[in-house]
Amino acid sequence: MKIIVPVKRVIDFNVKARVKADGSGVELQNVKMSMNPFDEIAVEEAIRLKEAGGVDEIIIVSIGPNQAQETIRTALAMGGDRGILVETGETVEPISVAKIIKAIVEEEKPELVILGKQAIDDDCNQTGQMLAALLNWPQGTFASEVKVADGSVNVTREIDGGLETVKLTLPAVVTTDLRLNEPRYASLPNIMKAKRKEIITKSTDDYGVDITPRLTQLKVEEPAKRTAGVKVENVAELLEKLKGEGVLS
Amino acid sequence: MSVLVLAEHDNASLKDATLNAVTAALAIDSDVHVLVAGHNCGDAAAAAQAVDGVSKVLVSDAEQYAHPLAEAITPLLLSLEANYSAFVAPATTTGKNVMPRLAALLDVAQVSDIISVESPDTFKRPIYAGNAIQTVQSSDAKKVITVRTTGFAPAGSGGSAELVNVDAQAGSDNSSFVSAELSKSDRPELTSAKIIVSGGRGMGSGENFALIEAVADKLGAGVGASRAAVDAGFVPNDYQVGQTGKIVAPDLYIAVGISGAIQHLAGMKDSKIIVAINKDEDAPIFQIADYGLVADLFDVLPELDKAL
Repeated sequence: MKIIVPVKRVIDFNVKARVKADGSGVELQNVKMSMNPFDEIAVEEAIRLKEAGGVDEIIIVSIGPNQAQETIRTALAMGGDRGILVETGETVEPISVAKIIKAIVEEEKPELVILGKQAIDDDCNQTGQMLAALLNWPQGTFASEVKVADGSVNVTREIDGGLETVKLTLPAVVTTDLRLNEPRYASLPNIMKAKRKEIITKSTDDYGVDITPRLTQLKVEEPAKRTAGVKVENVAELLEKLKGEGVLS
Repeated sequence: MSVLVLAEHDNASLKDATLNAVTAALAIDSDVHVLVAGHNCGDAAAAAQAVDGVSKVLVSDAEQYAHPLAEAITPLLLSLEANYSAFVAPATTTGKNVMPRLAALLDVAQVSDIISVESPDTFKRPIYAGNAIQTVQSSDAKKVITVRTTGFAPAGSGGSAELVNVDAQAGSDNSSFVSAELSKSDRPELTSAKIIVSGGRGMGSGENFALIEAVADKLGAGVGASRAAVDAGFVPNDYQVGQTGKIVAPDLYIAVGISGAIQHLAGMKDSKIIVAINKDEDAPIFQIADYGLVADLFDVLPELDKAL
């Protein structure tokens, strides 16, 4: 079977986002960009399924600027087989991303699409669920374990009260949570090999998807700042302060 | 037109997150209905009827809703679509799982994790792990919204909403519930606890969390953890506080042996009072803590336990 893994180029998770002075967004010039961490976990899971047998090909898809090629290349160096870049300079909302991936799914006919549960820039947590809805496929979101067997997949999900396991008939959509796996680092030989792997470039028009945003961003501002308070010397002083605040009786 | 809130419940009771979502819904429109989809969920529905500000409770009681599978609940929400201008759910794992599926079928852009309602079509929401707050205006005729519960006060009780039964809808049979492992605890739930004591990598082991639990029990507090502590296997996943775990805002948050990664701060920095206990005086957690104690947690926790 084939697996499609969509990946997003986002601000590196170690970088603290800074709001632009004019309130028009977040500063992305000269900021380190990387693959969304949840998408790395998705790539890793696809590779592990391939290593376990039964998977013929892993296709990496990204929708974004030309530089998103680097993100695809990283995924190919980890073990993806080929890439599709849908190049656009515009902000594409999850609903439009889901429509584009749906069109790619209809062409490529994978049995499984594995996505990160959310991108750490817009924190939306929507694309996987939307894709599953548009395809009328079942969804296993926030996965901490994925077991494929005999035309179905068992997905253990991280939910508020603990863990839940669901059984989905393939084809299906899975979105990854943090503890699904620990992504590998690409080795130097694999990075070199990835340079020769095919990435085709498409436009959003090729898939007939209207990406006009439905949401208008009116402004972006800094959250209310918290400042460092005081250091206390010992437990007794701490308890005294907390009683003074009225949070302890 | 009215707003429909998808209730978070376990059939026997209504979860507190529903109350915050009702408050958000009331800021969008004065006519708020609550949908309780479940199985043998009469008690949860009765609790929803008593929520202040709710005018109608829709109940769909059927076996296929015993567990809140997105594939089952979405067709039910869609069948009610004509009567509502907005669909609201708390941003719990259920809400996050179901609502984008509905939004896609309505062909609208969901607005995730709102923390305020500026007007019926304009909302504030955190992005970049809460390091920026975005104000967005939706041009969609129907809104699909998830609500960050810490952004809204819980609705009160004393309501007496009308109860209406609605027909269950056929769902797809390509997904089914297999099993659940739910944490059993007598401690308050993290998202509604007034006090939380959280442990990080500095705890060193799962056994050492007993020190945190002892203090938490004296305070009537919930127990949380950083991602590092969960990844290390000290405690289960549902303890995790952070950007992708639980978002909490208690009156008092005590962070023990937690260094304070951006992703952890994103989940707790709206707490009223933050206390940090860490032996590393340069730990970033001290930059946002109201009270910092630079000390070895293995000395401090037993001392706290004794003093309380």
